[in-house]
Amino acid sequence: MTEIRDGRRIIKEPVTTEDIKDLKAGDVFYYSGEALTGRDAVHERVVVDGQDIPVDISDKILLHAGPIVKRVDDGWECFAMGPTTSMRMEDFEEEFIRKTGVKIIVGKGAMAEKTEKACREEGCICCVMPAGCAVVGAACTESVLEGYWTDLGMPEAAWHVRVKEIGPLIVTIDTSGRNFFKDRN
Amino acid sequence: MTDRIYSKKMTEIMAQFIKHTAIHLPDDVMSKLGELYEAEDNPRALQIYDVMLENLRLAEEMERPICQDTGFMQFLIKCGSEFPLLGDLEEVLKEALAEATEETPLRLNVVETFSEENTGTNMGPGAPTVWWEIMPGRDNCEIYVYPAGGGSSMPGASAVLTPSQGYEGAEAFVLERVLEKGPNACPPLLVGVGLGNSSETAALNAKRALLMSVDSVNEDEGAALMEKRLEKALNESGIGPQGLGGKNTVYGVNVVDTARHPACMGVAVATGCWVHRRGHICFDRDLNWKSDTHKDFNY
Ligand code: SF4
Repeated sequence: MTEIRDGRRIIKEPVTTEDIKDLKAGDVFYYSGEALTGRDAVHERVVVDGQDIPVDISDKILLHAGPIVKRVDDGWECFAMGPTTSMRMEDFEEEFIRKTGVKIIVGKGAMAEKTEKACREEGCICCVMPAGCAVVGAACTESVLEGYWTDLGMPEAAWHVRVKEIGPLIVTIDTSGRNFFKDRN
Repeated sequence: MTDRIYSKKMTEIMAQFIKHTAIHLPDDVMSKLGELYEAEDNPRALQIYDVMLENLRLAEEMERPICQDTGFMQFLIKCGSEFPLLGDLEEVLKEALAEATEETPLRLNVVETFSEENTGTNMGPGAPTVWWEIMPGRDNCEIYVYPAGGGSSMPGASAVLTPSQGYEGAEAFVLERVLEKGPNACPPLLVGVGLGNSSETAALNAKRALLMSVDSVNEDEGAALMEKRLEKALNESGIGPQGLGGKNTVYGVNVVDTARHPACMGVAVATGCWVHRRGHICFDRDLNWKSDTHKDFNY
């Protein structure tokens, strides 16, 4: 669902094809709803080991991020969270998108041809969020719902979080496969 | 003070300093960031700078790490041979890191090579990194603190060139690497260039270059010109903050060089990201301390 408020485009869970299909590389939006973090090891479990992703993210977002979380009484608190280099996931992302049906991926920096192809064919977009801005990220994180695959260690685990107006998210690959990092000039 | 009380005090100061450097950028980086912001005219770049500045404000207000990528710590120690805690320093730094990891908290960032296990303590074989320099006859101690981020370490590379490739070849090597890998390393970057005899001496020189102030200028005229040329070329690339386009791409370029064999030239590049959390603290023999990178640090 998309809402425009004070000139701000906010996409809310559940994310639909309608929400993202008109977004173009270079556009900016914010997101509210549930998200799952996943870096190298999460991609490997899903793509190489064939394990099921612990949360259905077909209508949520995937964050290439490894937060700092702290144990509190009966759960977790997100202390700092910002994106990590997305290019590390390039080899896995195409199949990851096909398997999970995820429609919005948020990370940092460029991704390449295989991801462009999957974005075009499956209807997915990639975005960057200003990196190194972990306190802004944590301030947008309302709660940590669960930590999955914590045996992978804090950065690599799959953290299921709820975020509010996280952003600005800048579209870098749109559903036509156009890549902002390549076509900027 | 007994040795034990001494080392406890130093551990305390270092733990607080490590924490402080995760939360506050060094003074020179702060002012450079302000300059780049002022000079920028690309709206998207300005929007990114706005988020960066807001993040720095929140980090300070909420006492949280600026970036989550903390925990893999590198220390460069310049220690006088007469400094009373010379023999205890590695222990002091490890304990300080353990305290800072718990208290800040820092992310658990140390993974054993081959077993791929996260040690859960930010310590492991060879981690934290400690580089030593002994200053004969002196009784003071300087410590550089540098949390090495994954993204900011990625562009790092070194090579050994032939003399005929020379300084031009070295510049081309650095440029190619930073243009290719820099956009993902969270620019604006500080670029450290090392020249020396072999790949590893050059690499360590490049790291030393990162530990110097963002606007330091090499005393040698040729080296200073190389710094200027690289800075200009990188800024003209238009990579901009976060690689999404903008007027400037680097905080600066620092060159550190050492003498070399006439038959080869080691060259290396290392990069620091916009969250360039370098800390420098100096102790005298009584543990009076002073930091020139973080004037506001208090303990
Ligand atoms: S490159 Fe720097 S700012 Fe970017 S995520 Fe890594 S440590 Fe943080």
